[in-house]
Amino acid sequence: MAENLSLTKNPDLDAWISITTDGRVLVRMGKVDIGQKISSAVARLAAEELDIDLSRIVMFRPDTIDGPDEGMTSGSNSMEESGNAVRLAGATAKAHLLALAAVALDVEPSGLEVSDGVVTARSTNQVTSYWELQGDKPFGVPIDINAPVKPAALTTLIGRASPPLDLADIVTGRHVFVHDMNMAGMLHARPVRPPHVHARLASLDTKVLEQLSNRGFTVVRDGSFLAVTGSDEHAVIKAALTLADAASWTSTRELDTTNITEQLTGNERLSMRVVDGVPVDGPIPLMPARPAGLKASLAARYERPYIMHGSIGPSAALARFGSDGLEIWTHSQGIYLLRASLAELFSMPIEQLRLHHRPGSGCYGHNGADDAAVDAALVARAMPGTPILLKWTRADEHAWEPYSPAMVMELSGGITADGTITAWSHETFSDTHVLRPRPGVAGLGPSRLLPAQFLENTPTIVPPPPNLTHHGGIHRNLEPLYRIKEPRLIKHLVRGLPHRTSALRTLGAFANIFALESFIDELAAAAGEDPVDLRLRHLDDPRARACIEAVATRIGPLDQAPEGHGRGLAFGQYKNAKAYVAVAVELAVDDTAKIHLKRVVIAGDAGQVVDPTGVIAQLEGGFIQAASWTLYEAVTYQADGITSRDWQSYPIIGFDNIPDIETVLLDQPDAAFLGAGEAVCGPTGAAIANAVHRSTGVRPRQLPLTPDALRAAALSN
Amino acid sequence: MLSLTLKINGATHHLAAESDTPLLQVLRNQLGLTGGKLGCGLEQCGACAVLVDGESRLSCVAAASEFQNKDIVTIEGLAGEGGLSSVQRAFVAETAAQCGYCTPGMIIAVTGLFRKIPQPNDAQVQDALADHLCRCGSHARILAAIDRLRREV
Repeated sequence: MAENLSLTKNPDLDAWISITTDGRVLVRMGKVDIGQKISSAVARLAAEELDIDLSRIVMFRPDTIDGPDEGMTSGSNSMEESGNAVRLAGATAKAHLLALAAVALDVEPSGLEVSDGVVTARSTNQVTSYWELQGDKPFGVPIDINAPVKPAALTTLIGRASPPLDLADIVTGRHVFVHDMNMAGMLHARPVRPPHVHARLASLDTKVLEQLSNRGFTVVRDGSFLAVTGSDEHAVIKAALTLADAASWTSTRELDTTNITEQLTGNERLSMRVVDGVPVDGPIPLMPARPAGLKASLAARYERPYIMHGSIGPSAALARFGSDGLEIWTHSQGIYLLRASLAELFSMPIEQLRLHHRPGSGCYGHNGADDAAVDAALVARAMPGTPILLKWTRADEHAWEPYSPAMVMELSGGITADGTITAWSHETFSDTHVLRPRPGVAGLGPSRLLPAQFLENTPTIVPPPPNLTHHGGIHRNLEPLYRIKEPRLIKHLVRGLPHRTSALRTLGAFANIFALESFIDELAAAAGEDPVDLRLRHLDDPRARACIEAVATRIGPLDQAPEGHGRGLAFGQYKNAKAYVAVAVELAVDDTAKIHLKRVVIAGDAGQVVDPTGVIAQLEGGFIQAASWTLYEAVTYQADGITSRDWQSYPIIGFDNIPDIETVLLDQPDAAFLGAGEAVCGPTGAAIANAVHRSTGVRPRQLPLTPDALRAAALSN
Repeated sequence: MLSLTLKINGATHHLAAESDTPLLQVLRNQLGLTGGKLGCGLEQCGACAVLVDGESRLSCVAAASEFQNKDIVTIEGLAGEGGLSSVQRAFVAETAAQCGYCTPGMIIAVTGLFRKIPQPNDAQVQDALADHLCRCGSHARILAAIDRLRREV
């Protein structure tokens, strides 16, 4: 098994699990729950290995005080990192407890039985318990990375459906989001942003400032950073509008509204060849020669616009600055990285910053969470001793979250007379997908925090280097899983683009899989091949094949959809290393070129399934979110700023286009866990496009697939 | 400042608010009823829905003063002595939530729908949820919860 970074960084059992004298088992992890219910799955693993009832488990919300530090919650890594760490911690703890019990009861460990933490010696019927043996005491041992874990056949908790831990609180309104927190003496705050990213504060109407001050508001200003605080939240919302009216801004430049595809393919860029999923140095190879006698030979360009995370709850944070430092409650996905960048920005010793994770609205990546935490911290620092609950408005969230970058994918390839895919080339053009506030060279981390860009002393913005990790950002799923000889794969990190961009669920994989799985269907159609057969013939991995076969069987023959409907499917293994997912879609396109989703089959193989309810939710939810990206979403902007500032100017999917969804889990007992949070998204986009083509004869290559886009595609086809 | 009398979850509250303070702000910040969420403040997302005389209404814009002499029920007021309401139970049974930010509004909307129409058809379901957004993609689970309720009636 690959190295588990969470265990390497936090090898001590006490960092993860402790046992109380009153019979509870406290589990700490460094990955955060963001609606994906990771803590529900991890709690099951702990209870399973320890042989205790699930109700004894208390999951702690991560903070930077007690650890463990597991870095960022991202990349569908949590089951493999936290999940395996806690599983081994549970197994280590159980072995340790049985050794203690054996001494206490004077028998061999093999002569002991455990039931819900009560340990019985078979020979003497004498009894002790975890709480007697270990209550409120440190284990003082490292986690045994070779500790035997329970084989699937002996498990009683994992793999069985049960509701997530926090659902009862969610449905009764008791689940506390950071937005809901309250503290004695707390003030509410709102930031006031410039009209766009290049604008800076020229002046503030001092008369208005005086009026606000007389009415009990405090305005915090540092350079072009502006915020207002007060005791009544609604009054603060109105004061922020007043403050915005009182501000004059200047700008040296505007947003570049040149066609984004022209910018992506024409701007200065850093290009790298990608081999086995990893970017490598060296010259960019020429296009592969196309052998004579091909059955089909094609080239196509696919495009997708900037899209947003679009959290339903705008970003927020609570901060308090005191003599003992700065304390922040945040829905950031990476409290340790945020802490390090804040310490650097504020020139504070890192121990003086204490960050606590608290639930936010689902974020699906790097949304405004970290930036809002900095906003709150800046205001709290200016008002020592006063807790500050700062929230963004809907317009703030839409206009200022880091977007997922627009992308262009250029593919070409052919099919030989014997049906083999050949001469494959896939080039992807994109801005960075990874602008999280990760500290590095001086100023790198802070420069990625939006509010820092507006301060008097602004950290220099360093252009992000290319991500060189396996299936990193732009080149995530650029490499096809299909057996294709010497594919030419090129990533282009494009500079000078108009918007700040960072990680959204799947990073580059959504657009890459949309393009490559559309192109496979285009090739199949051009060669007169069946798209399912073409895929299966080029896949060696039986688990990949099983997913495709599962959806193909259940959706029915692609060319035999009911009158007026079209069927399409697509496949991907996320990062060619995580969960395998195939998606089949049946849809109808009406006379106004609107797409109506009718029926969907999803087949997923996430290795051994710990929490089927959670995996199904991730697959279904990921399908619906990616269907929304595919059908509706594009960030709009003009020279003087973002124009997508609410849900009317940035529409997302609603209840009027939700298909019947059948989800099939291909469980693999005793196989490794494979992260499942993102795997469905890429195949979703391509399956919809392929179904549109089979329904209408129109091949859509530009997202989103709005009626206008479909009509344009019909003309250009 | 206006003096207001609001009946919320069966209790009468006397309080003061500005004439334009939205009901949601009064619920959350004066009464500590934070189950209803501020998602947009524009009546576009539905996270702030409450029951007003049994009907689902958005509370993020309309002033609290407009709700005097009406019977307001928030998400906190749905569960009774018998435990969760039938709608809440259906949401749990179908795992009809991920992050949970939109969920209170969804549950209120569905509760309002079934109070008005005990056996709603699909068009009536669509109509009741038209103002409600979810980003996690729990829609299919929420529709499954509604199907469960239709079967129970």
